[in-house]
Amino acid sequence: MTPQVTEQLIQITYIVATVLFILSLKWLSTPSTARRGVRAGELGMALAIGATLLNRGIIDYRWLVIALVVGSIVGIPLGLVQMTAVPQRTALSHAFGAFCVTLVGTAEFYLRAPGISHFMMSVLSMEVILGSLTVTGSLMAAGKLQEVLPQRPITFKGQNFVNLSILTAAVGVAVYLVFHPESTRLFPLLIAMPLVFGVMMIVPIGGADMPTVISLLNSYAGLSAAAMGFALDSKLLIIAGALDGSSGFILSVIMSKAMNRSFTNVLFGAFGQVQASAAAAAETRNVKSATAEEAAGILAAANSVVIVPGYGMAVAQAQHKVRELYELLTKRGVTVKFGIHPVAGRMPGHMNVLLAEADIPYDKLLDMDAINPEFPETDVALVIGANDVTNPAARTDQSSPIYGMPILDVDKARTVMVIKRSMSPGFAGIDNPLYYFDKTLMLFGDARGFVGDIVRELGGAGH
Amino acid sequence: MPSDFISSLYVFLLAGFVGFEVIRRVSPLLHTPLMSLTNALDAIAVVGAIVIAGEHKSTLSTVLGALAVAASTSNVVGGFLITDRMLKMFKPAKPKKP
Repeated sequence: MTPQVTEQLIQITYIVATVLFILSLKWLSTPSTARRGVRAGELGMALAIGATLLNRGIIDYRWLVIALVVGSIVGIPLGLVQMTAVPQRTALSHAFGAFCVTLVGTAEFYLRAPGISHFMMSVLSMEVILGSLTVTGSLMAAGKLQEVLPQRPITFKGQNFVNLSILTAAVGVAVYLVFHPESTRLFPLLIAMPLVFGVMMIVPIGGADMPTVISLLNSYAGLSAAAMGFALDSKLLIIAGALDGSSGFILSVIMSKAMNRSFTNVLFGAFGQVQASAAAAAETRNVKSATAEEAAGILAAANSVVIVPGYGMAVAQAQHKVRELYELLTKRGVTVKFGIHPVAGRMPGHMNVLLAEADIPYDKLLDMDAINPEFPETDVALVIGANDVTNPAARTDQSSPIYGMPILDVDKARTVMVIKRSMSPGFAGIDNPLYYFDKTLMLFGDARGFVGDIVRELGGAGH
Repeated sequence: MPSDFISSLYVFLLAGFVGFEVIRRVSPLLHTPLMSLTNALDAIAVVGAIVIAGEHKSTLSTVLGALAVAASTSNVVGGFLITDRMLKMFKPAKPKKP
């Protein structure tokens, strides 16, 4: 093949890969075609990598082969993690993606310096700044999700000022380099400062804000890849980066809306301190509690049950016991559905994946808008390890920090049962008036243990 | 401003709109697989890394390029693998159930 033919072949293959990537995301829209979407993505990726290996500029394949093999060896266990570990795995993969982009940007800089055009230097700066802040930001998020780092938000006075100063300084260095690209000694600052900013950005973020933050980091990872596409003049990369960037952006908007907060509020306003007044009031009010036997009796007598899972269910690994409960109740003729809040769990769609893993049919998993009109007709709402997303104060109490946040209207069901370890407030540190209603029964205990007890009472012990 | 940049900007904007319209239609049910799939697709950055690593223009660029290839390959392999594992689990209700 002549060089021209090879080059044309590579470009045509990239166009085919682009089409396959867009189809891949289109097919992902519904569960029935979603796996076809993965096949399309895999095919597009294989074609693109295969075509790239034909690039005539490549003269040395030794390191390439080693890197491809090492990457695959690292990737396989990352593809086989437990479903409960998917949020931290996702954060880690954002870090890897951004790491790749930052390294390529750095290599490009030192290959081209000192004769770098203004345009090229601007693009490289954007690529490296976005890439490196995503690396440390995502590693911090993964550390918090894996609980190797403290999950409570850590705040100090002047935090926002310090963070913004670091970022502004990094942008300042970038602007200087655009006009003086020969000052290569400054380039390491362009990596180091965003690395620090990434850490500082996640320090004040609490666990309940993770769905928004992961989505935002997803968006940054996509945008940094698109910037790399600009630098390398690769349309394929620009398109993949734009797709990833818009996906992350849409998810961040959905997550912030579901928490009734703006981006800036998530990034600059940690909320994690227990309100003293609410905590004090909690001690004086009465709650009604019930045993597993009583709960089983009420559930068996119901016509319709809506189960509301939250992060607590994931922590207790209770999803398989929940499936047993679902099956026993369905066998008795009880209609069982699941009500899923957009921010339940630690990343978008987290609960759906855990429940699907436990073999619960996906047509029983309803999102907030679909399930809310059904609560007034529901006999029992069973809340398992969810707290703030069921808090009626969000609708009524203007002084509450979560006022205005859309919630699951479990308080409209005829009976509410809440499985909870103790009366301590949830992650956001906000007291939940739902627990003091007359129709609310508190089921104190570990989610898995308690659901297991209910299942046993319903006669599923030999199951 | 180079003309390449202008055409790249058009591509970026159009792809952003396509992404917005396509991804808006993804069911909230599948938001976790969506994130892992876009992450795998984003690892197409590997094609840039492959060229940098293979061109062998300097030791630094080869080392950085090879590390970048390894990092993004792990996202390709791990991303598609876990997306497919997740999607395999999503099953509709069996009609024979009472």
